[in-house]
Amino acid sequence: MSSTTTLTEVHWFFACKTDDVPLNGGVCVKYKEEQIALFHFSRREEWYATQNMCPHKHQMALSRGMIGTQNGEPKVACPFHKKTFSLEDGRCLSDEAECSLKTYPVKVEENRVYIGFYGGFDKLSLTTV
Amino acid sequence: MKVVVIGNGMVGYKFCEKLVAKFEPGTYSLTVFGEEPRPAYDRVHLSEFFSGKSADDLLMAPANWYADNNIILHTSDPVKEINREQKTILSHKGLTVEYDYLVLATGSAAFVPPIPGVDKQGVFLYRTIEDLEMMTAHASKAKRGAVIGGGLLGLEAAKAMIDLGVTDTHVIEFAPRLMPRQIDDSGSKILQSKLETLGLTIFTNKNTSCITGDESITGMQFSDGTSIDVDMLVISAGIKPRDELAKAAGLETGPRGGIVVNEKMQTTDETIFAIGECALFNGMIYGLVAPGYEMADVVVATLSAAEKAFAGFDMSTKLKLIGVDVASFGDPFVPAADCRTVVFEDTMKGVYKRINISTDGKYLLGGVLIGDAAAYNMLLQTTKNKVALPENPEDILLGSRGGDAPQGAGVAGLPADAVICSCEGITKGAICSAVEAGNETLDSIKKCTKAATCCGGCAPMVKDIITYTLKSQGKYIRNVVCEHFNYSRQELYYLIKIKKIKSYDDVLDELGHGDGCEVCKPVVASILASLWNEMILVKGNDTAQDSNDRYLANIQKGGTYSVVPRIPGGEITPEKLIVIGEVAKKYNLYTKITGGQRIDLFGAHVSDLPAIWEELIAAGFESGHAYGKALRTVKSCVGSTWCRFGLHDSVSFAIQIEERYRGLRAPHKIKSAVSGCIRECAEAQSKDFGIIATERGWNLYVGGNGGSKPQHAILLAADLDSETCIKYIDRFLMFYIKTADPLTRTATWLNKLEGGMDYLRNVVINDSLGINAELEAEMQSLVDNYKCEWKEVVDNPELRKRFNHFVNAPEEKDPSIQFEMMRDQKKAAGW
Repeated sequence: MSSTTTLTEVHWFFACKTDDVPLNGGVCVKYKEEQIALFHFSRREEWYATQNMCPHKHQMALSRGMIGTQNGEPKVACPFHKKTFSLEDGRCLSDEAECSLKTYPVKVEENRVYIGFYGGFDKLSLTTV
Repeated sequence: MKVVVIGNGMVGYKFCEKLVAKFEPGTYSLTVFGEEPRPAYDRVHLSEFFSGKSADDLLMAPANWYADNNIILHTSDPVKEINREQKTILSHKGLTVEYDYLVLATGSAAFVPPIPGVDKQGVFLYRTIEDLEMMTAHASKAKRGAVIGGGLLGLEAAKAMIDLGVTDTHVIEFAPRLMPRQIDDSGSKILQSKLETLGLTIFTNKNTSCITGDESITGMQFSDGTSIDVDMLVISAGIKPRDELAKAAGLETGPRGGIVVNEKMQTTDETIFAIGECALFNGMIYGLVAPGYEMADVVVATLSAAEKAFAGFDMSTKLKLIGVDVASFGDPFVPAADCRTVVFEDTMKGVYKRINISTDGKYLLGGVLIGDAAAYNMLLQTTKNKVALPENPEDILLGSRGGDAPQGAGVAGLPADAVICSCEGITKGAICSAVEAGNETLDSIKKCTKAATCCGGCAPMVKDIITYTLKSQGKYIRNVVCEHFNYSRQELYYLIKIKKIKSYDDVLDELGHGDGCEVCKPVVASILASLWNEMILVKGNDTAQDSNDRYLANIQKGGTYSVVPRIPGGEITPEKLIVIGEVAKKYNLYTKITGGQRIDLFGAHVSDLPAIWEELIAAGFESGHAYGKALRTVKSCVGSTWCRFGLHDSVSFAIQIEERYRGLRAPHKIKSAVSGCIRECAEAQSKDFGIIATERGWNLYVGGNGGSKPQHAILLAADLDSETCIKYIDRFLMFYIKTADPLTRTATWLNKLEGGMDYLRNVVINDSLGINAELEAEMQSLVDNYKCEWKEVVDNPELRKRFNHFVNAPEEKDPSIQFEMMRDQKKAAGW
């Protein structure tokens, strides 16, 4: 919880082509030993990335979840027990006591989708200091 | 009128809010002194500071609210002295302000037990935002923490420690149990074991004798000679009222603290009032927000010369502690001689419920709820309003079991003066009138009455009252799908049909708003399938399907899928049985016979699904739709072909029915069965529609189900020939599909259908609505459009591509999937 972490350069990892991802849906991306859920919210022309593991029962399933909005805030619902999480900051919308998801920045260039990783740190641990 | 308020906490703020609302601007001056640097904030939700809320989010009102309402607010400036003769106060910074009326809302301070070492670094209180900021700074270096005090605030503090990353946290309670003032012994035990599974270590009957360490805390010693190593400690051992200013001014205070007040909240000086946790009324300190707000209301009423008296306050509470519901209401500890108790305890799930009932069995006196407090509001209202209990009082705890007795009278049975929102003091009558004035949603009720705006615990009950009021006005209650569609499922079905829309996105564009969600997507996807019976994974509808439909298989523990091929009527050749066995061996699948006379293959990787289907299809199988809200299976007994009792060929009829309705999508799953005689070996009366052979034909039963609320199907028509039987089933199923709410089985639908079975019989048999020709034609078009979904994926490379775990490593399987062995087969590893 210290605020002294220095922001290192974002490392952009090439995940897949834009048309590898179903419209308004998600896919799972392998990054080193990690699994990242990548979502193309095409209705809103937005891309999001979160951890693939649902913190509720530790299932690698979020990329297979339905996405949508709650009061305009984009969210994903886990296929297992329908817990919903904000795609913007990862917090659980359906249960205050549930852990939050890690979220990652996404950029698209010439139909190629990249997920951003901070050297050794993820976005969440930097934004909650 | 010059009013001065000392203290700017929640209650002090609420007094200002109520005064401003009551008096015309210009008729008074209002000056407030607060010792904290911030204006009043929401101390009840203090722990949310750790889950990301900022100090500003917690403010009761923004800083400019005070100026906007002509209130002079002095923060960081505690009052030092009251001069009752001159009617002035003197502040720490040297301000002297005159008053006509003075309101003491000085609150309470944490009680710090006199333990040697409490002044060491790493020892904190849990009271103000500053306390929390200091805890946050220290927690980054701390590994093991402890909290002294196993009461409500102590457990909140323990949660805060866990949130701060100090996961090895101990709770130390002097009393023999947690929350000794709110809940009973058995309830405490359940709460304790539940909290222990969440990682807290809990000591009861422990008295801390000293805190060890040099400058900083390194450990704690207890009077029983034991000790623990900790590097962070929070003390939350109770509160003491802040009465020192009142005492110095010569006002009467209680022997154990608190400023003595009468029923108008006046102290022994009638121009000085005390409200909130510093006030001592009838020998009692009220350490909750709701009674504090009520006291503020009493003072405002008194100042406006209205008659209002404080008459004590119900101290019932409900809260979520580290994810565990805890509630107590009324009198949780009535002595055994004065009441009868009903206790429900489930140590597996960590649920404990106790209600105390008057000895004559008529009234509820109080109770305790741990682990599941859904019934809290209703039980609290039943207690407070002395609502007569049902004949079997345990029904209010366990629900009515058997018989037609209604489950209590619900909100309709409450009197108009029942207080629904105890924080804001809003009655049922006030909510009803607000609904009658046109505020028909929870949001607008919140805005105009303030009900459900503080702790929010009464929100479900407020919703019930809105629905109840609208209904009693004769208004049509529509069960709208979700925030994106202002239509019921039935309305959506007709609109999509009339407009001939074929994709989820087009439905959302034309009939809804926003971007959809996990509630409306499967509802619309199911309607589209029920209307057009097109392949469910095309036209962008794939991502609108519930996950199981999207993968045409059932997701199971661990993230693998199970595969159920259709075996119509439960009849299968030895050759096909062998194929299932071979496929299961090849893909290492666990096999089990289902309740519906089929075979389920578990543990398939998502990327193996198309290959598994391909092999099954080659052997003549097709999808069993076990993953869909669709027709599942038509069970059969062996019937007249082999059975010496059989009247007709139940297997052939079951196969005919199953092949007719296979793939039919509906608001919920549909099951069926055909029995060859009255012995009913196929259990047809427990199905959505069931058929039993008679001497003269078939009896058709509808509206049955197993599951959590088993219900027998009811006879729709007797002694039918096969053709008429199918016609009636067509009509019944289409009528259900068109009119049911989402996720409603036929049994529930029929229970809710106005006119019930008589009405349904009139529609299906007598064509009372004149729609039967249409229903039959619609069903026939669905039957004609049927295709096997598995085959369509197997034959379509674009669709097949979606069945990989990793988009960027399609050949790799999910490495996190693990199996264990049991009885020579695999099973999913535990959660």
